[in-house]
Amino acid sequence: MNGQRPAAGFLIGTAMLLVLWQVAALLVNRPILPSPLTVVPLFVRDIGGELGLHFLASTARVLAAIALATMFATPLGLILGQSKMLDRLCGPLIAIIYPIPKIIFLPVIYVLIGISDFSKILLIAIIIFFQILVVVRDEAAGLRPELILSVKSLGAGRRALFRYVYLPASLPAVLTALRVSVGTAIAVLFIAEQSLTNYGLGYYIVIETYQVLRYPQMYTGIMAMGLLGLALYLVIQTIERRFCKHRFVS
Amino acid sequence: MIEIRLLTFHYPGTQPLFADFSLTINRGEAWTIIGPSGCGKTTLLYMLAGLRAPAQGGIYIDGEVVTRPRPATGLVLQDHGLLPWETVWDNARLGLKIRAFYGPDGTHSPADMIRDPEGDDQRVRHWLRWLGIDGCAAMYPGQLSRGQRQRAAIARTLALEPDFLLMDEPFSALDAPIRAELQNVMHGFHLESGLTSVTVTHDIEEALILGEKILVLDTNTNSVPRVVNNELGNAEERRLHPEFGTARKRLQELLGQPARSMGT
Repeated sequence: MNGQRPAAGFLIGTAMLLVLWQVAALLVNRPILPSPLTVVPLFVRDIGGELGLHFLASTARVLAAIALATMFATPLGLILGQSKMLDRLCGPLIAIIYPIPKIIFLPVIYVLIGISDFSKILLIAIIIFFQILVVVRDEAAGLRPELILSVKSLGAGRRALFRYVYLPASLPAVLTALRVSVGTAIAVLFIAEQSLTNYGLGYYIVIETYQVLRYPQMYTGIMAMGLLGLALYLVIQTIERRFCKHRFVS
Repeated sequence: MIEIRLLTFHYPGTQPLFADFSLTINRGEAWTIIGPSGCGKTTLLYMLAGLRAPAQGGIYIDGEVVTRPRPATGLVLQDHGLLPWETVWDNARLGLKIRAFYGPDGTHSPADMIRDPEGDDQRVRHWLRWLGIDGCAAMYPGQLSRGQRQRAAIARTLALEPDFLLMDEPFSALDAPIRAELQNVMHGFHLESGLTSVTVTHDIEEALILGEKILVLDTNTNSVPRVVNNELGNAEERRLHPEFGTARKRLQELLGQPARSMGT
């Protein structure tokens, strides 16, 4: 794949989105859908101020959740993937918990952990945790015993196997899981930030703008949250292309 | 010298594959092990590699009992075992990287190992060129043909300069012409290097081309080794040797007959 195309596609996509937005704004012609010509300049102005702080708060929460989930889910996924017995034991439980929308545990977490940043982070971390767990487990289970045996025959003990096989094998799985789950994570963040905090884009969009009918400002919040999702996706994709080159050669 | 002493092995709930089985492999000999599936040929190879432990008896290499993979024993499996996320070059260097990772500790790498990254690079380059895949060094295993992958796996093993080479059906997943070519390459390598080797195969022709001595195993319990001395000797082009057909027939008979009738 040549390097030009993704960038060009990205620009074309952005242009199309803005045009559609403008057309929709003209057709609807109500305050709830302001034109990008109003919103974009406002966004550029506000992102350096209050909006920027809300953006940073949300970003920090997502990043903390990603770190927390990766730290726990990766080793556990590797262990389950390599131990058939453990996987048989835990598999049914994971299969049942995996599709449950974790957001429903929000009140439980608030009561158990308390109303803090950590409870919001934990909720998002739980969502990402299961995504990573399942993908890393499947990736680790796909490491054929012959591969492990032949690397052992080169002299590898447990430490070298971890360094040269398990770690590099799980990195792409972690990145794939993150790329897939980052959208859901931000959606849940939006809900979690609507209450019991004074910072975060969810709070900004619902409490500070929507409820007081500041629609153009509300759209700057929506833009910020959209950009957060997009930026995380692109960062993960870039790391993937950088470190998992073998996946992108034909 | 490799000695298998009074080895006994069985999988749970089955009759023993080996009972008091003894065999001596001398330095410089090229052996092949042939037999129907389920006869224990791969199991025996894994025990020689130190990847599986016998129930009783043991395997001694230069007088030392094998309990885990030996740094100087090289192993090539049917499934090439290359890391899909590393290039051919990095795959071929993997064994050397693992040695550098542990340092000369005597268990994971030879105790007399010398750190020499440049020499390592040269050796890897040499084997890639010798196996005709130096042009693929920057490619990933997924971009190679099966034959090229197997060559890369062989390069990875030979780069460690083993004193004992074990191969488990190394060429059976390959198309016939590529298989024949690689058989010739490995036979030529043996004539050149005199490396002690044991190759497991289910293919009579391969057993005759790669083995100076052929161990014939049986699905019944193996106790007395049935060894065929391959009279084709050091002939470079074994397939064209006038004796090839006769030897082939003899092995065929031996594989078709009950275990008691000794072939030699």
